[in-house]
Amino acid sequence: MAQEQTIAQKQYLTPFNVVAGMIIIVGLVLTILRFTKGIGAVTNLDNNNPWGLWIGFDLLCGVSLAAGGYVTSSACYIFGLKKYHSAVRPAILTAFLGYALVVFALNYDVGRPWKLPYPIFYSQGTSSLLFEVGLCVFLYLTVLFVEFTPAAFEWLGFRKIRNWVLRLTLVLTIFGVVLSTLHQSSLGALFLIAPSKLHPLWYSGYLHVYFFISSMFAGMSMVIFEGTLAHRWLHDKMDDTHLAEANGVVLGFGKAASFIMMGYFGIKIIGIAVDNNWHYLTTGLGLWFFVELIVFVLFPAILYSVGSREKKTLLIRIAAVWTILGIILNRLNVSLIAFNWHLPSADRYFPSFMEIGTTIFIITLGVVAYKFVVTRMPILYEHPEYKEDH
Amino acid sequence: MAISRRKFLGSLGVAIGATTSGALSKAYGASNKHFKGHPDSFGVLHDTTKCIGCRKCEQACNEVNALDKPDRPFDDLEVLDQKRRTGESIYTVVNKFEGNNFAKKQCNHCQEPACASACFVKALTKDKSGAVVYDESLCVGCRYCMVACPFNVPAYTYNDPLTPKVTKCTMCLPRLKEGKLPGCVDICPKEALTFGKREDLLKIAWKRIYKRPEHYVDHVYGEHEMGGTNWLYISSVPFEQIGMREDLGVTPAPAMTAGALGTVPIVVGLWPVLLTGVYAISKRKEKIALQEKQVAVQDATDTATQKMNAQLKKLRETMTKEKEIAVLNEVKKALEEAAKEAQEAKAARSETADTDANAVDDTVDDAGNKEE
Repeated sequence: MAQEQTIAQKQYLTPFNVVAGMIIIVGLVLTILRFTKGIGAVTNLDNNNPWGLWIGFDLLCGVSLAAGGYVTSSACYIFGLKKYHSAVRPAILTAFLGYALVVFALNYDVGRPWKLPYPIFYSQGTSSLLFEVGLCVFLYLTVLFVEFTPAAFEWLGFRKIRNWVLRLTLVLTIFGVVLSTLHQSSLGALFLIAPSKLHPLWYSGYLHVYFFISSMFAGMSMVIFEGTLAHRWLHDKMDDTHLAEANGVVLGFGKAASFIMMGYFGIKIIGIAVDNNWHYLTTGLGLWFFVELIVFVLFPAILYSVGSREKKTLLIRIAAVWTILGIILNRLNVSLIAFNWHLPSADRYFPSFMEIGTTIFIITLGVVAYKFVVTRMPILYEHPEYKEDH
Repeated sequence: MAISRRKFLGSLGVAIGATTSGALSKAYGASNKHFKGHPDSFGVLHDTTKCIGCRKCEQACNEVNALDKPDRPFDDLEVLDQKRRTGESIYTVVNKFEGNNFAKKQCNHCQEPACASACFVKALTKDKSGAVVYDESLCVGCRYCMVACPFNVPAYTYNDPLTPKVTKCTMCLPRLKEGKLPGCVDICPKEALTFGKREDLLKIAWKRIYKRPEHYVDHVYGEHEMGGTNWLYISSVPFEQIGMREDLGVTPAPAMTAGALGTVPIVVGLWPVLLTGVYAISKRKEKIALQEKQVAVQDATDTATQKMNAQLKKLRETMTKEKEIAVLNEVKKALEEAAKEAQEAKAARSETADTDANAVDDTVDDAGNKEE
């Protein structure tokens, strides 16, 4: 009897659970602080810096890194690349959790979160790009939820409704790509209204195009990265098909990401040329721009291409992590680092520990939710009862 | 066509649904209309050369808007030594600059306000009186207006946990409706502030510059900045030296986002068409590949069968031939044997004539059996 209990305890007290549990407890304390003392009590935001880490990371990076959903599902269902089929469900799940957490994080950042439905249902400010973002994120979250449900229905054994939802796959995928195009680009276009605040090297009339194009390789890199983690920790949950196709996904996405990143590098240069911003490149922020573009776009693009040519998946996996860091750097540059660049350094923003803590808390929630779903529902394997139908 | 009717109708539904939701956003990019501001809208002309930095306007503003009292009293002019901006209970500030120049800062009430264009719940609107009005009851608190404002004016009550709001100058719209002047204009002892219709104020401003060109910079700040503002400024020193940005340009904020917003309906209209097309192409390719595979397999099977049949036929022919030869040989052999025996029998005929005839009959029978 006593032995059984210790075994049960041992299963719960894994290092993962302990660390995640502690972060969640801290997060709950921060949540209480945020909603009883106000935004000012937990953040370093001020009147000059109305947007901080919660927008720069939680919203901008969160949405772009959740792009794997539309990239993978469109590759498989629209472009007919069936060999990526086993990558679709994990990508949809990550995207769904990613978007859900973006919306969850917004509840911390906006002043009166209970009014978040207002822009959609009550008073539509259609001239705002944030309206476009809000509407698309709301609709896309719904689409992702529906796309995710077949896995849950298989788990629960609701065969009829699962088959019915599967029939919507193509329409949902197309709708998902339309919505993703719109809000991924609009997140960049948010900053078009403030040319006087964003550094000219990052401000461009193409800002929305940059955000959309970079979301593609952000999504692919996340699929590769997440697959790497899943192979390390959740290998036993994968079926033979998934394992057999996994390397193909890595090689294929690596090659595609390399192509798109080269194109992205090109249009970034075109952006500088169009606005004739060359002279800024010799300044301090110009050097920083070089770091972002050469070290975090061109270099991983080359890594990707070498990796896919030599069929070295390790190289591609490194490139994926590198690219993700580059995307995070880019989004933080646009929203925080190169934003308000003309202000004296005393007026600049740096996130507080509590802001960083809340962000880590939200990421942890995502990882825990992913683990919960993947260990229960047919995500990394096909449900044996539904194998026949594709 | 590889694409089924149901699937086509489905994607059509996506296109229509998304078009109607996308059509809500106005695309100003296609418009060639030049908006000159609401006619007869009001504004204030701030002649910075007349400002002495007494902070009376700050005090009046604080009182008429019933704002929180600041830590240091309004007659404490040492406050002017540091650069200040508008805050949650400070709708206006006067800053002191080099050469004893002063400039008052508050919401400039843009003709096409960046904040109103950025607001996704229409909590900020441009009133036809000229004031940019804020409706707290709609505000979600996303603070995009603060990001958008080129003059860094709106503030937010960050420390209010339940009812935080954006705060900024209202141009004293409630007072205007009562027929009163804005608090700051009313109190200014040096007539550095003039309230009136924007069009009249522009004329006054240019008249002053025209009359004393040596005293004023040849520019009315706010006439064109960011598409024009209802607050106007004239100065004796370059505006940058009194804390006003000269690099804002003349493009109104909505025009900056018009291009990006304009792509929305196009994406919504064309993406479903393009993607359904891509789907149809990939589906058709798959189908053709399958058909080609079937044809190839059929061809291969046919050729193999034909070849085999031909070989079999040849083999059968050879075998039949060989058999016939064998039979003939046997017959020949038998006949030779028979002939031989007949000769032998001839020689021995004289001995037994009866048995001789029987032997010949047997040999012929044997040959007949073999052929069967």
